[in-house]
Amino acid sequence: MKLVKTLALGLVLSAATQGVLAHDYEAGPLAIDHPWARATPPGAPVAGGYLTITNTGTEPDRLLGGSSDAAEAVEIHESTITDGVARMRPAEDGIAIAPGETLRLEPGAAHIMFVDPAKPLKDGERFPATLTFEKAGDVAVEFAIVPMGATPEAPQNHEGHGAPVSQ
Amino acid sequence: MKALKIIRITAWGAVAIVGGVLLAFSGILPGVEKPGALTSSTVTGVAAIGGPFELTTHGGETLTDEDLEGKPYLVFFGFTHCPDICPTTLFELSGLLADLGPDADKIKPLFITVDPERDTQELLASYMTSFDTRILALRGTKEQTDQAAKAFAAYYEKVPLEGGNYTMDHTAGVYLMDAEGEFMGTLDLHEPRETQLRKLRRLADTAA
Repeated sequence: MKLVKTLALGLVLSAATQGVLAHDYEAGPLAIDHPWARATPPGAPVAGGYLTITNTGTEPDRLLGGSSDAAEAVEIHESTITDGVARMRPAEDGIAIAPGETLRLEPGAAHIMFVDPAKPLKDGERFPATLTFEKAGDVAVEFAIVPMGATPEAPQNHEGHGAPVSQ
Repeated sequence: MKALKIIRITAWGAVAIVGGVLLAFSGILPGVEKPGALTSSTVTGVAAIGGPFELTTHGGETLTDEDLEGKPYLVFFGFTHCPDICPTTLFELSGLLADLGPDADKIKPLFITVDPERDTQELLASYMTSFDTRILALRGTKEQTDQAAKAFAAYYEKVPLEGGNYTMDHTAGVYLMDAEGEFMGTLDLHEPRETQLRKLRRLADTAA
């Protein structure tokens, strides 16, 4: 019994911690989960940004790009490793998000590219950026910086949860 | 029972051999200059990887293949305009070197930029302060970079983008080279840490 109680407490605590760390945004039918980036080495000319976008609506939308005071330019890129060769290309027409689908921007795949960051990204800090969608328009978000090599907890599933997590 | 065991071992052996052959031909292993086109030299073994090169470290010193004689080393290609796998590889290697303990001092870890145009010595020197100080970032002229890529049968190419910018395609693997300068295999950043450490210890053990 005691073990069950401890486990339950652990679950509650970990859920609470996750709630504090995660930050979500809504833009019409788009649910944007936990934008994050990794700390960068000094002088790094680029930084990757990652997030999850779910289209809860009935119309397709498209992530086109964005802007940020923290960088010279904000672009959408796709990375692949095929036959042992790493390649990265700008997503010229952005990336579509079909109704009911979730777009995951994550290391090793499509990502937001911050070109020429004004200063190195530091673990624990946040910086503001605007994401531009074809239909949802401009959405202001904040990117949370995690340590180099780290990956934040997977964004929680909204279904079955109560009110959206406040920032 | 005994017969069954023999059959089982034989079957698993066959699976291992087929798997190995598939892996060798799938292009996952580096040493394939053109993806998909396996040259006879890569099939016959290690001779294809390792050769003369001369580059400059981020500290400004010249480093050639001859300086590495008798020393195990690992090498990978990348560039700083790479937001993801290049810094992550450097970060992971730093962690692995720390975990290796004294064995790490026997291995020379090398990061060769495929973008010497933008990756100046100053930029590399600043960039490398985030990682294990034993890792050397190397750059050269276009010709020296070509020569180094050739030495490791690595592929890289400059790809022009809109607006006068460009990006680089490059071989992503980490090559393990023993003290004799022979190719020992690759380090996969997605394999379990224990496997990575075992490979690096085996590499360190080749030191004279």
